[in-house]
Amino acid sequence: MRAVPYALAFLLLCAPPLLAQSEMSEAPSAKQIEFFEKEIRPLLDEHCFKCHSKDGDKIKGGLLLDTRHATLAGGDSGPAVVPHDLNESLLYVAVTYGDSDLEMPPKYQLEDSEIAAIKQWIEMGAPDPREPDGDGTAPQEYTNTIDIEEGREHWAYQVPTKPSAAVTKNDQWARNSIDILVEVGQAEHELSPAPDADPSTLLRRLSFDLTGLPPSSNSVETFITAYQADPDKAISDVVDQFLASPQFGERFGRHWLDVARYAESAGKEANAAFPHAWRYRDYVINAFNADKPFDEFITEQIAGDLIETDDEQDRAENLTATGFLAIGTKGLNEISARQFRFDLVDEQIDTTTQAFLGTTAACARCHDHKFDAIPMSDYYAMAGIFLSSDALYGTARNQQNRRNTELVQLPSVVKGGNNKSLGEMIDLELQRHALKEQRGELLAESARLRREGDDEAIRLRQQSQRLTSRIGTLERKIANYSDNGIAQALAMGMQDREEPFDSQILIRGEEDNPTPERVPRGFVQVIKTHDEEPIAENESGRLQMAHWITSPENPLTARVYANRVWSWLLGEGIVNTVDNFGTTGDAPSHPELLDYLAVRLLENNWSTKGLIREIVSSRTYRMSSDYRADYFDKDPSNAYLWRTNKRRLDAESIRDATLAVSGLLDLERPEGSPVSEQGDGMIGRGLQPAGYTRESNNRSVYLPILRGVIPESLALFDFADPSLIAGKRDVTTVPSQALYMMNSEFVLKSAASMADHLVNELKLRGGALAKEAFYRCYSRPPTEAEGKETYNYVANFMKTARESGSSQDDARLLALITFCQSLIASAEFRYLN
Amino acid sequence: MNAYSPSAPTRRQVLQTGASGFGYLAFSALSTMQARAEANPLAPKNPHFAPRAKRVIFLAMGGAPSHVDTFDYKPQLNADHGKSAGRNFSKLLGSPWEFQQHGESGLHISELFPHVAGHADDLCLINSMHTDIPNHPQATTQMNTGNFQFVRPSLGAWTLYGLGTGNDSLPGFVTLSPPNGAQNYGSAFLPAIYQGTPIGGTGRNRFTRQQDNPEPVKNIKNPRLSKDLQRLQLDYINSLNSEKLARDEFHPEVEGVIESYELAFRMQDELPDVMDIGEEPDHIRSLYGLDDTATSGFGRQCLSARRLLESGVRFIQVNNGGWDHHRNLNVALPNSCGAIDKPIAGLLADLKQRDMLKDTLVIWGGEFGRTPHGQTGNGRDHNNKGYTTWMAGGGVKGGQRYGSTDEYGAQAVLDKVHIHDWHATILHLMGMDHTKLTYNYAGRDFRLTDVHGKVAKGILA
Repeated sequence: MRAVPYALAFLLLCAPPLLAQSEMSEAPSAKQIEFFEKEIRPLLDEHCFKCHSKDGDKIKGGLLLDTRHATLAGGDSGPAVVPHDLNESLLYVAVTYGDSDLEMPPKYQLEDSEIAAIKQWIEMGAPDPREPDGDGTAPQEYTNTIDIEEGREHWAYQVPTKPSAAVTKNDQWARNSIDILVEVGQAEHELSPAPDADPSTLLRRLSFDLTGLPPSSNSVETFITAYQADPDKAISDVVDQFLASPQFGERFGRHWLDVARYAESAGKEANAAFPHAWRYRDYVINAFNADKPFDEFITEQIAGDLIETDDEQDRAENLTATGFLAIGTKGLNEISARQFRFDLVDEQIDTTTQAFLGTTAACARCHDHKFDAIPMSDYYAMAGIFLSSDALYGTARNQQNRRNTELVQLPSVVKGGNNKSLGEMIDLELQRHALKEQRGELLAESARLRREGDDEAIRLRQQSQRLTSRIGTLERKIANYSDNGIAQALAMGMQDREEPFDSQILIRGEEDNPTPERVPRGFVQVIKTHDEEPIAENESGRLQMAHWITSPENPLTARVYANRVWSWLLGEGIVNTVDNFGTTGDAPSHPELLDYLAVRLLENNWSTKGLIREIVSSRTYRMSSDYRADYFDKDPSNAYLWRTNKRRLDAESIRDATLAVSGLLDLERPEGSPVSEQGDGMIGRGLQPAGYTRESNNRSVYLPILRGVIPESLALFDFADPSLIAGKRDVTTVPSQALYMMNSEFVLKSAASMADHLVNELKLRGGALAKEAFYRCYSRPPTEAEGKETYNYVANFMKTARESGSSQDDARLLALITFCQSLIASAEFRYLN
Repeated sequence: MNAYSPSAPTRRQVLQTGASGFGYLAFSALSTMQARAEANPLAPKNPHFAPRAKRVIFLAMGGAPSHVDTFDYKPQLNADHGKSAGRNFSKLLGSPWEFQQHGESGLHISELFPHVAGHADDLCLINSMHTDIPNHPQATTQMNTGNFQFVRPSLGAWTLYGLGTGNDSLPGFVTLSPPNGAQNYGSAFLPAIYQGTPIGGTGRNRFTRQQDNPEPVKNIKNPRLSKDLQRLQLDYINSLNSEKLARDEFHPEVEGVIESYELAFRMQDELPDVMDIGEEPDHIRSLYGLDDTATSGFGRQCLSARRLLESGVRFIQVNNGGWDHHRNLNVALPNSCGAIDKPIAGLLADLKQRDMLKDTLVIWGGEFGRTPHGQTGNGRDHNNKGYTTWMAGGGVKGGQRYGSTDEYGAQAVLDKVHIHDWHATILHLMGMDHTKLTYNYAGRDFRLTDVHGKVAKGILA
């Protein structure tokens, strides 16, 4: 909250109508009134009011132009006039015949002098002396219903303090303070901790948790030997090794990408590709590998473009980080520019507050938050910050996409793709020129035919629209290069607007129903810190917002993140509703433990790896998942941690492990993404989903993530919907998963490769082969019963296959392949104990 | 105490009897089949009393359709169009669409549903619905599971748990193109086999494509193995899984994996035929609107659903979205209604001509309704206090309005039906007492209706 207007904001909360008259109703000067009366009013009267006035013959397109308010609000297609903005002013678009869907007046075009007058009027801010006509469409008042002081009593808004028990108590079982705090919960519910898991189970758990991959078969015995000598040291060594591996960032980065609702297309009806989104993905992976302090990670994602640095590499990273705010779902076919803008800002508010603060501030868009102490005025205070910034997400303009933007140009230390020769650039320019000419001719001809009442006009206009799409794609392509053909390194991200401004409150969230007052840019006041920085007039306020979120006084940020890390390692959060710490979220099962972890995070300079090391070094993490009927009856969800949760692997781990045991996994990071290779366009229209589904042996985090077209291997095993912030994934068990394991090309191919690897490269046979296969898939040798069943299976299978005419060699190979496939398909492969 | 105890032993009990568990049994085809028959959690079970409906098809309209423009006739709203609806509300918005009386019953139905209106005498319009929360995610979850706060089994899962299914080669609970959120067709603490099987994704809704069968069902056939060989492989996988289950002692997810393999194996034979609507004759195809691009998407869903019902599936949810008409009601609502009107009417007619409507419960509705006052001039806001769903078919008294809202359709006032009452009534029609359909989890008996729910007797035939 800015310092000076705080009193003003407080007034707003208590008695909103007292707020000062805003700049929106800046009175037009006498000269401007004269211009309107002389140039504009007669023109509207003569050419527009027949169809766009209350007293006219009919009201077309829901648009009225006879009051100032109605003109700004616009009709079904959006606001007729956006002051200072010709491109968004549909009145101007219509009279210039700039959009073939919207040409006004329909039967003839205005004189050039009239069009020039409209242009001048909009550019001067569309001064309009007409009074609101008081028919109820005039703005309404906003009345705050929230008591913020009372709201602050909620547990999550108290600054976390380090619990005293953590330093005093000591006993045999506990390895660190986490354990002592867990024991408190166990004792209260008359539970005691499960024994330690056996070392191979523990190694498997650590390996999947920290790298998303199974331990290699030979590392198991090594670890067991080390563990028998000194368990603590063995764990500490292997944890260091995992945390230092590049696979760690791919694993934890993917967790974050769920929260950041990362995807490479816009989603919804006009599903435009985001060919540059992958740079944000790589940024996230690198950040986790570098153990970037989480507060810096936050600041870069919200306001990286506003951080001053002389280092070009840092600058590039900071810019790329702001992709966080640009990659969200977008309704690119939204007709109203104003509606689109508020929807985009809403998505940014929702993501930012849930991801970092576990707070659902977006609920306060249409009314005061029904459960948390967040008035609409807080929502619009944040909206002002995002409205004062532009999201640059690119995409190609076409019939469905009216909302394309520029992209962020990265410093030259980052290389783009392959350059083009000057000749190739000239070719592209010529193509564009030719297409534009062709379109111009079509439009002229179409207009002529229409005047003659010839229906052929419609067909020509449709042809011109197809050309518009081609031109849009071509222009986007040209924009990827400098004039002399140097490929530009582009990213999605944010930049401040030149003239930041405060937002009005939209009554009931209706874009055409703003209050006259504006709310000073600011934050959610129930989450109070004392070091909030004022937002200067010429700044959007994103940097201040980032500092408010990362303030050590912010009671939520460290808690929410520590809880996420805990849930990624233990399977469930201390607060189960990981994205919601509000009053409708769950209360923490271990409040002191949550506080302890939050404080430790701050003490360790927001180090994720430090927090992970402390958690996985605990005895709590080391427990077995053994079942106890009496404890299960008392605490079936294991809220009080009497054992480790049994967990199913997530979709990426299942796929990556399948590739790993088959010897197919390619651990190199691929350049870019299949989405960047396919370039701009619409998924399902110009770009077919099949173009993205080529075979890949890269880790799953690098698969193309298009909204609505998630790769089968991920979608079947409950990949998070990338349209939403998803701190927690579903776990389902459905027959389509079984069918995938039994019959899919991917699993069959992997099993064949695994068998080939065991037989032909490792030259294994019989029991030795089975043992190696079990180690790969389960990190343990087969039990005696399993060994016997495996032997019987291969024998039976070969016998049956031989009976139906297979050769001995074919039968044997198929038996081995299906044996490998069976291990991959079995429950133990995808469940962690 | 478990008031409702299915007579067959649980799969776990069977698996745990005999030292070598399921894997041993697997080597003998005969004993495998016996074990399966005994242990099959999907086997039909006796209801509490004689059911009026044997199967359910729930047409779920995501986004919350407006009731005052469709099935809740409010002449006073039109008379008072443009008047104030009170402080903080915008003005009343009369319905731009005509309501006419239909059938012998003379039910008022809006012109947006001309085809469904032809079945007026079969419909029971429940005009007095209400639910707790006016937000989509919570209300959707409450509609499907009874509870928006905690993870609880879905209506379909409870039905399957209580009754089993008529064809154990198909999932007993199918949800066609569900929206996101597996909780809405989940089994929670019920065994995993009772969760809904989604067919046709959301992003790539297979039903909206123009071909009948571009891709029947993914991975439904193994390219290399004969049936015999695959059975051998499956028995081996099951032996590995059963041993894991025995080692883990209690691991419901692993039980779920075992059951999902058995079901998947059987589905390979049955499902492709059931899902192949290509063999339906032209008059049936046009009955469901397959010959018109506006209706063919939902028509395919309804026709597939009928084929699944006919094959013995117990509970089918057919999902349709895009009803959240805050704006542009004039254009968007007719589009939404137009896409489903003919297919639903076709479904009702088809069920009737196959003599299936008498024991099939057809339900239509969204997670809540919409306000009688306008929003953004040409739209309606969320309304959880009063809305409409309708039922038809098995055990439902057709040709009537049950309950009512106030003069504008803002709030349910007469014979109010809370979502818990709605659930209780559905279970009742299926032959189950909602207070007796319980599952003991962690020392407590859980119900779909928790401690609430009252059967709306007036709905029953």
